[in-house]
Parts: sequence; C-alpha cells; structure tokens
Amino acid sequence: MTDVTQRSPAPGLGRRIRRVFSDRPVIPLLILLAILMVVLEILRPGIVNERWIANTVKFAIPLAILAACQTVTMLTGGIDLSVGTVATLGAFVVSTQGMDAGLGWALLLSLAPALLIGIANGIGVGIFRVHPLIMTLGTSLIGVGFLQVYQRTVIATGTKVPDVLAWIGTGLTGGIPNSLIVFVPVAAFILFMLGRSGFGRLLYAVGDNERAARLSGVIYWKVILALYILSGILAWIAGLIYVGLIKAPSLSLVEPRVLPAVAAAVIGGTSIFGGRGGYLGTIVGAVILTVLATLLTVLQMPEGARQMLFGLIVLAVTAAYIRITADS
Amino acid sequence: MSSALRRQAWVIGLAILLAALFVFTRIIQPDYGADGFGSLVRAALPFVFAVAGQTVVVIAGGIDLSIASMMALTSVTAATLMDGASEPFGIVAVAAVLLLGFLLGAVNGILVVVSRVPDIVVTLAMLFVWQGAALLVRDSPGGAASEWLKELVVGNLAVPGIPTGITDWVPKALILIVVCLAVVWIPLRRSRLGLSIYAIGSSSLAAFRSGVNVSRTKIVAYAFAGLFAAMGGLVLTMSTGQGAPIPGPYLLASVAAVVLGGVALTGGKGGLLGPVIAVFVLRLVRSDLTFLAVDPNVTTIVEGAIMVVVVMLGALLAMRNRQP
Repeated sequence: MTDVTQRSPAPGLGRRIRRVFSDRPVIPLLILLAILMVVLEILRPGIVNERWIANTVKFAIPLAILAACQTVTMLTGGIDLSVGTVATLGAFVVSTQGMDAGLGWALLLSLAPALLIGIANGIGVGIFRVHPLIMTLGTSLIGVGFLQVYQRTVIATGTKVPDVLAWIGTGLTGGIPNSLIVFVPVAAFILFMLGRSGFGRLLYAVGDNERAARLSGVIYWKVILALYILSGILAWIAGLIYVGLIKAPSLSLVEPRVLPAVAAAVIGGTSIFGGRGGYLGTIVGAVILTVLATLLTVLQMPEGARQMLFGLIVLAVTAAYIRITADS
Repeated sequence: MSSALRRQAWVIGLAILLAALFVFTRIIQPDYGADGFGSLVRAALPFVFAVAGQTVVVIAGGIDLSIASMMALTSVTAATLMDGASEPFGIVAVAAVLLLGFLLGAVNGILVVVSRVPDIVVTLAMLFVWQGAALLVRDSPGGAASEWLKELVVGNLAVPGIPTGITDWVPKALILIVVCLAVVWIPLRRSRLGLSIYAIGSSSLAAFRSGVNVSRTKIVAYAFAGLFAAMGGLVLTMSTGQGAPIPGPYLLASVAAVVLGGVALTGGKGGLLGPVIAVFVLRLVRSDLTFLAVDPNVTTIVEGAIMVVVVMLGALLAMRNRQP
C-alpha cells in the first residue's frame, strides 16, 4: 500500500480503494458477504449462529465445486453446461448400483459417464472447435437421454444413497460439516493448479490470447481436452455430495443449480471471455449466493419475487464488480 | 461471393435434409399425410418463434438466455388478460402482449449496454427475473384465450375455389408462421437497421467507426427478440388455451436450431430461413422416432447426438474452407 502512495503522491481515497479492490478482488466480495449476513441478522435476530453457518457451508460446498467447473472452463473462454447432467448421472448411478455391487465398484461405475462426457466435450471444443456452449449443451442432452432410459430400467430395483455419501453430505463432526473433508483438498488442488502449476498458466494463456499461446508452442487441443475431463470429474464429485445432501436421487437433482453455479463464478470475478479470474472469488461467490437464498427465504416473499430479486442482485453485483475492477 | 454461396449452401442442404426426412417419414409411415404435416407444424409453432428471436440476437453478436422465460411471462400475461374478457378485447390483449414482449427485450438490451456485463451473464440473470415475474402474474397454469385466437392455429386454410386436396396441406399454423415472420423480418432485413444489426454482430468496432450507433442497434435487436418471444408466448396461449408460468424447453432448442440453421454464434452471419428449417428438421426427427416406436427417452439421445454431429461437421467444413 505504501508503495502505491509513493508512486502517485495524492491519490483520492476512492482511487486507493479501487486499487485495493482490483488487486484483491475477494475483498469487496467478503464485504458484500458481511453486509448480507448483517442484514440477515437484523431481519431475524439470532439466526446467524453455529448451526446456521454449518448449514450454509454444507449447501455452499457442492455449489462451489460446480462453480469450479465453470471457473476453470471460463478461464479459457469456455463454459461447461453439461455439469448438471454429469453430476446427476454420477449421483444416480452410485445410488442405484451401490446396493448390490459394492461401493467401490459403484463409484468407479458412476465416474464413467463423467469421463465420457468430459472427453466428448474436450474433443468437440478442442479438436473440432465447436462453441463450448453448444458442445456442452449437446452432450448434456445426450446424457439426459441416457439418464432417462437408465432410470426406466432401474425403476424396479429402487435407489439407496450409500451411507458414506450421506455422512459426507449431511453429517457434522463437532459442528463442522463433514463435506469439508472433500472440499478442502479439492479447493486446494484447484487453487494450486491455477496459481502455481504449469497447467494453470496454460489455461490463463489460452484464455487471454489463444493465438499467442499457440505460437508459443501450446498444444491447444491437449489443454482443452484435459480441462473438460477435469471439469467432468469435478462435476461428478459435486453430484456425489449433492446426493448425500439431498438424499433423494432424481433426474432434476443438480440441473437447477447449473445456472447459479455460473452466476457464482461470474460474481466471483471470473471473466466469461477468459484469461481473468480465480477460484477464491468463486468460493466466496458460492457462499454469497447461498446466503442470499436464505435471505430471500427469510423475507417470506412469494417464489416469483424471490427469483426476480435473485436475478437482479446477481446482475447488480456483476455490474458493480466490473465497474470497480475495470479501470485501474 | 464464395462465403455467400456457402451460406446459401447450408440452407439448401438443410432444405434437402428436410425433404429427405419427409420422404423417409412417408416410407416408414405410409399414411403420413396432411394430418401429420398439420400436427408437425403446430408442434413446431412455439419453437419457430423462440428460434426467430434467438436468431436476431445471435446475428447481432449476442445471445439471449431469457427467451423461454419471456415466452412464459408473455403467455401468462396474455392468458390472464383474456380470462373472462370479451372476444373483441382479445385484439387489445394481443397488441398489449406484443408491446410487452418488445419492452422486455428492450430492457434486456438496455441492461446489456448500460451494465457492460457480457450478454450471456445479463440474460442469464434476466432469465430468473422474467421467470419470477411470470410466477407473480400467475402461480399455476390457468387463464383463457379468446376463441378466435384459438381458431387461428387449428385446422387448415379454407379458401373457396381451391380444391381441398391442396388446402389440406396448408395448415393455418403455417400461414401464421409465414405471416408473422415475414411481417417483422423482411422489412427489418431490408432496412438500414437490419444492416446495422449484421454490422455490429460482425465487428462492433468496425460498425462504430462506420457511424453505426452500436448501443441503440443492440437494444433494438434485443427488443425484436422480445417481440418474437411475445409471439411465441401468444402461440403457447393459443394452442393450449391457457398460460403456464414455468418456461418450456425452448431455450436449448432455440440455441440448437440457430446453430443448425447456419447462424454463427460469433455473430454477423446467417439468416432466419435456416434456423426455421432446422426447427422443422428437429421436430420431424422426433416424430419419426415416435413412428419407429423408439423409446421416447431415446429420442432425446438422438436429438443431442444429431446436434453435436451436425455442429462438429459444420465446424470441420469451416476449418477446411479456411485452410487452403
């Protein structure tokens, strides 16, 4: 900070705040989160307690993992809309095969569709250069079709959520959600990958200027293929946590959370055009959206008004964010 | 010249595909005739308007994820306005709903321009807003439609003097599609405004430097998408006789048909005819699969696969053409 003041002798307070915000985009988000929690506490005194926080974290974690898929793909200028289907497929297979095939086998089996869809996305986007939006929508449609067919064949056997997943999804140990066991390594991995690894730098490079990246020897299709497979695996993990959390595998288990996941990544400061952003902001974004959902529920508005407010707030936050971080 | 030819080639190819599909349908279902065609057109109706709206925005270099929500909102508004109202009031209601759609689209466009947030994010947020608004208007399906409006989409055109053998093949719904799209699209395409829409989609900087008001053109493009969405909403109300606040599967279908129809998602390329033919292709594939007694769930797989394969093929062709 002293550094900054030395370079420009008398910067206005506004400018200085701007600079801090654009250097550390997570700060304004944390402030927003704090404001939301204060508002919540005022509206319903006493609601912000340990149990509430644990509950919020529990719901924010799978959303944050889904949003991780969007963050990493958006860094290259892409998007992955097939995550809802991948996650649901994973959850569904695990809870139908878990009974007689054994958990390990069921997990392995449920990973297969995630990998297949990830590979298909990667090939379509990386080699055939199909627009990621279209490619992932297409594979998502195919996945939904398979899911419906599969659901019909297993309808007689019924479903059961494996106990381990239920424990991870809903359990608390000493007031701390068990799903952190999964989330902390996943988040650490993504943060490390984006910030410290060569692969992360390749993602930023491809998203920032694909031509330049190619000319400096990046093999585009390999990066993209690896990226979408990674995204599929992340979505699979999110699906497993969701099924443990909600405990009722259905065809629409994760689908309604795909667009909020995109919103979480966008609020978190990742540019949808690629090259800018990071995972820390996305995590805060996912928490903000979860708190926001509670807030809108507490206000006891009709469902319609709640959705309208949700949309408007996402838009307002994104617009404000772009203003704050753009020119400096 | 060659790019113009290629663009036309795509539409012609689609038309041939559609014709081939009709022949195929006739082979697997020998009694497929005027009735089948009529129900195909009626099933395609809302999709056609959804894709028309999406096409305008995509040509302008944007994308509208809120199109299905706008259809739901305009549909419930129409059904609520006409509920218990007199028949002539239906005309007022239709006009009001079309205006509403235009305004909804304009709001999308203004927000895109003013907020400087990418189109896809703005319309994603507005998807929730319009969907919420639809739920506020009516929280469960209901309402009513004027009788004359419902008549517009049922049955075939009957013109005295022309043998029914021909008129049987002209369902009223087809006339509705042609008239509505032509009335809006042809004047737009031929006007300065239409040219500007293509210009900003192709390169907004170049358009700006040639004196095009980029912001205004973008807002207008979104407004026209809203207008088409309102037509789609009205069609939904007409054919079901009520309005439902939950958006239908029109968003994905509209994006798919736009791409199949040869409109580049990067903007500035394509027309309206291609996407409309693409809608019919997709619908016909669906009914063919039903005739073949394929599990309706498998139909989704086939639809997705067609979309992916065709798009990959298109991308491959584009790459081939760029290389030599």
